[in-house]
Amino acid sequence: MTALEIENLSIRYGARPVVSDVSLRLERGRTIGLVGESGSGKSSIANAAVGLAPISSGDIRVNGVSAVGRGGRARAARRRMQLIFQDPYSALDPRMPVGASIAEATLATGRTWTRAQRRSRVRELLEQVHLDPDRAGALPSAFSGGQRQRITIARALAGEPDVLIADEVTSALDVSVQSTVLNLLRELLQALGLSIVFISHNLAVVRYISDAIHVMRDGGIVDSGPTESLLDNPSAPYTRELLSAVPVLGERMTFEETAEP
Amino acid sequence: MATAPGPVRPAEPAPASARFTDRLSPRASFAIRRTGRLVASLLIVVVASFLVIHLVPGDPVRAALGPTAPVGLVENTRADLGLDEPVTRQFADYVAGLLQGDLGTSIQTRQDVAEVIAARFPTTLTLASLGFLVAIAGALPIGMGAALLARTARGRSANPVVSGGLGVLIAVPDFLLSVGLIAVFSVWLGLFSPAGWGDLRSSVLPVLGLSLGPMAYLARIVQVEMIKVLDSTYMTTARAKRLPQRIVLFRHALPNIVTATLTVGGLLLSGLTAGTVVIETVFAIPGMGNTLISAVQTKDYPMIQGVVLVFALMVLAVNLIVDLILITIDPRTSISEG
Amino acid sequence: MRKLVSPAGIAAVLGTAVLLSAALAGPGTWGGAATEPAIVDRLAPAGAEHLFGTDDLGRDIFARVMVAARLSLLLTAGATAIGVLGGVLVGLTAAVLPKYPRRALVWVMDMLLAFPWLLLVLFCTVIWGATATGAMLAIGLAGIPNLTRLVYNLAASVSGQDYVRAARVVGVGPFGVLFRHILPNIANPLLVQAAASASVTLLAFAGLSFLDLGVQAPEYDWGRLLNEGIGSIYTNPMGAIGPGITIVFAGLVFTLVAEALADQAGQGVRSVTAAGRASMAPTGPGRAARAEDAAAPDGAVPQGAGTALAEVTDLRIAFPDGEGGLVERVHGVSLSVRPGEIVGIVGESGSGKSLTAMALADLSDASAVVRSATRRFDDIDLNTPLARGEGKRLGTELGIVFQDPLTSLNPALTIGRQLTEVSRTHLGMNRGEARERAAARLRAVGIPDPGDRLRDYPHQFSGGMRQRAMIGMALTGNPRLIIADEPTTALDVTVQKQVLGVLHQAQQATGAAIVLISHDIALVSGFCDRVVVMKDGAVVEELDARRIREEAGHPHTKGLIACLPDMRSDRDRPLPVIDAPLSAVAPPDEAVQGGAVAKVPAGDTGTRSRPSAT
Repeated sequence: MTALEIENLSIRYGARPVVSDVSLRLERGRTIGLVGESGSGKSSIANAAVGLAPISSGDIRVNGVSAVGRGGRARAARRRMQLIFQDPYSALDPRMPVGASIAEATLATGRTWTRAQRRSRVRELLEQVHLDPDRAGALPSAFSGGQRQRITIARALAGEPDVLIADEVTSALDVSVQSTVLNLLRELLQALGLSIVFISHNLAVVRYISDAIHVMRDGGIVDSGPTESLLDNPSAPYTRELLSAVPVLGERMTFEETAEP
Repeated sequence: MATAPGPVRPAEPAPASARFTDRLSPRASFAIRRTGRLVASLLIVVVASFLVIHLVPGDPVRAALGPTAPVGLVENTRADLGLDEPVTRQFADYVAGLLQGDLGTSIQTRQDVAEVIAARFPTTLTLASLGFLVAIAGALPIGMGAALLARTARGRSANPVVSGGLGVLIAVPDFLLSVGLIAVFSVWLGLFSPAGWGDLRSSVLPVLGLSLGPMAYLARIVQVEMIKVLDSTYMTTARAKRLPQRIVLFRHALPNIVTATLTVGGLLLSGLTAGTVVIETVFAIPGMGNTLISAVQTKDYPMIQGVVLVFALMVLAVNLIVDLILITIDPRTSISEG
Repeated sequence: MRKLVSPAGIAAVLGTAVLLSAALAGPGTWGGAATEPAIVDRLAPAGAEHLFGTDDLGRDIFARVMVAARLSLLLTAGATAIGVLGGVLVGLTAAVLPKYPRRALVWVMDMLLAFPWLLLVLFCTVIWGATATGAMLAIGLAGIPNLTRLVYNLAASVSGQDYVRAARVVGVGPFGVLFRHILPNIANPLLVQAAASASVTLLAFAGLSFLDLGVQAPEYDWGRLLNEGIGSIYTNPMGAIGPGITIVFAGLVFTLVAEALADQAGQGVRSVTAAGRASMAPTGPGRAARAEDAAAPDGAVPQGAGTALAEVTDLRIAFPDGEGGLVERVHGVSLSVRPGEIVGIVGESGSGKSLTAMALADLSDASAVVRSATRRFDDIDLNTPLARGEGKRLGTELGIVFQDPLTSLNPALTIGRQLTEVSRTHLGMNRGEARERAAARLRAVGIPDPGDRLRDYPHQFSGGMRQRAMIGMALTGNPRLIIADEPTTALDVTVQKQVLGVLHQAQQATGAAIVLISHDIALVSGFCDRVVVMKDGAVVEELDARRIREEAGHPHTKGLIACLPDMRSDRDRPLPVIDAPLSAVAPPDEAVQGGAVAKVPAGDTGTRSRPSAT
């Protein structure tokens, strides 16, 4: 079954098109990667999906229900998607205990929660992201960057989303922390049967976590396919260019053809 | 020299920043926005000064002439002011008068308002200009010096003294400062005259009273901006070139504090024009501010209208000049506003 | 709360107590002396009997000042309340309004702000008349635009944060966002601002009464007393100075209250920013914790010290900790660079890699305390003050490239000016020669139309072009060493490759040595000859870049390599993680991992093994 369908999506900021005519599908329980450089429009898609940015045309459907527009159905459909942000330092309210931040996100489920239910749910979620549930009362400043990113993941899960959108979630982290966050996402993916849209500029990271990859450039998708075949036999020239630009450990870089812009 | 964590990707632009002016060059869009604001401000100023007399609760003419004035006089004055006409007609007449330089006639003294203002305007302008020059001339060296001082090991201990001194000057309002200046320099030392205007003996204290506060404020802005600049990476780049200290300071640092200094300086200058009201009263200087205060006290509405209008126009002129300077010297897009 | 015992806090509490008791007890205690005319005593100078002297009716001025406290403070409170409430109301309304009405409102407020505050007050005074209530309304209303702007700016800065966006995503409405996220985060700066504006209001009131536009006789506040006192300033200066000092004192008390509130209130915010900063460059843990790491660098002897172009030995860099002490962040690092060699320094945040490189370039921050056994570039000893001519040599022979070219190029100067300075100052070229050289360098780094682009400012270049220009600038002298600190971190991967290509070409053409600093071990190993791995302010190992995968011996290096996903990582298995956190700041329990997490193959158990605490 299809968890997320994006159809002919276009987004413009003022007169400037940032995303033009993008379509993609995400099956339930799968992960798709959106990879591209800055300005390619990948984050705009994420923002548009959850309603943080207006779209100019096209449709976004979650479980077959359109998430575009102001109506109650669209609004409910949008809540089926939750976003994890890049910078764990600005993604948590510095004056709100982390438990309260997570509890607030249960609103997205659309159900009413008793105080006790909410509290036990917060504990459960903190355990799920491998944090001490007794620390729910602490402020974000008591946590390290990697821990904060776990908390934002817990918050996203509190909405019981069908689709998780991870927008550059590891770019602000050191590699040692990045690996723990990636492992956590994989683990949750298997345990909860989540569907994930994983957005990153880092090809290796996207490759590691995604079943299929869409390569974006200048607001459009220039290449897509299952991870292995796309990266092992890149057909689009831009994919090849991206691949060749990724440094490989211990291999001397070659610069012949790329010196001129 | 913080070691950055992983790459923080530049965020993609938010839709909020998208305006039609974005398609233009930053300078053109700045010019358009500021011109729009100027025109709108002009309109508001004219309407506001027109409304002065209409917003007064009760009968303004009766209030101005006092409860003992004969009814006939009140009626005649009201007719003179055109208050019997419909408001739209009055406004049209007012604007037409303005365009011909006619600001009406004083209720109390029967003098022509435009003539009174013309006679007193030069004094106020001179006072404000002198005050501004003194403020700028003092603020730049003090602020830059304080910033440099704060970065040396020994200077760091002297820094609270400088900041404290500037803080006190900022906090003490102009009328108090002027009273203090009079107490020290006129009463105690007998150096300067406590009142009047025109010669050196009488002009020093008013100019100081007007400019010391703004100077301290501006000096602090300069200091803060300068510290920010000195901490920036491009100053490390300049240091890496091992250029002479004076080039590093005056060529690399100074241009980067000009925009902030001028923006605040412009606000201060428009504040200074209003500050003359206080200073002229304290030092009994025959300027527009003095006229305004006595007009407010005697409820001489036509005079108030005229003087408020001229003050507001002075403020707009100052803003315009600052904008023009900013547009010529600032190469960046930083000339943006909320 | 503990900040209440700070000097500002104590002074604020004491001052408030004095003001309050004067306002409460003033009229009762001094009422008689303040109102009873005593013609015999009229215009008496200040003395023991009359602290501030007497006025023209013989009333004691000090008593009048004390009595006036109540009215002065009440009017101040009233006007402040009007201003703050109005500002909060309009500012927050603006913050939750839809786009266009919001812009219109902000625009109007901005326009009002362009007018001096005094002019607005005078305008309002005209309408409500020169009375105490009129002045209160005037001052209060005239303060609204400023406070509105402030509240709006505070709210806007908060509502742009990701946590507010996150709340919107989960479905919190505009008012929920306002009360749950925005208000708590702006409450404290707002409180500070309210106290500060009370101080300004008090002074404004005094000013208005002083101008005879505020409180009218027979009532009196401090400003009116000042006004009356100034008339007889020659016979009794204290008659004016007394009320003046009182006004300043009261203003000061309000300012102190603001200061004390800020101390407390800012705490949360500051601790947040401090945490943010700490994560950028954590102060290393205690020395003891690093004992096992410290052993490694001693083993890695700097190679060929005699032939090195630049070297430091036993480099230690410390920073003031803000409490009078020093925190050491680089602990005895030794590093040498041979002519023409490309050395990479790799490490995570806080490993001290940039600090080390900047010390090598003699460009450490003014606040850094740098000590080393030797620190030299060629034959220039950087541990002693530079002799004449040595600065010139450093300026031409040592080039620097920073991470973000937008901040490392001076935004106010043209590219041409910035690229000709070194040639003109140090190489004695005239303007034309220097520009020609600059254009040649820009061409060399692949910038089209270099002659024209010299006239441009940095902001007119794209990110990649800007970094090329920065490299061009590092080449304008005759560099023998280029220190590049994360030169491509802010760039896209394809642009990164181009910029590295430019750096590579420059190295080929000039034979300069390069020190490349990066957090990316793959990049460093691909670009450099030799890789220096740093951790927590110490070198853990030095490796041949080509054989890094095979020869990596230190568990930290192995961890860095293993936990980095690359194009060959097994997608079906979890990534290895480094057991001990590298960048965990305050509470180092990054290691609170689930059982699903694999450990680094622990051949050498040099890593601090941590019980997998849960």
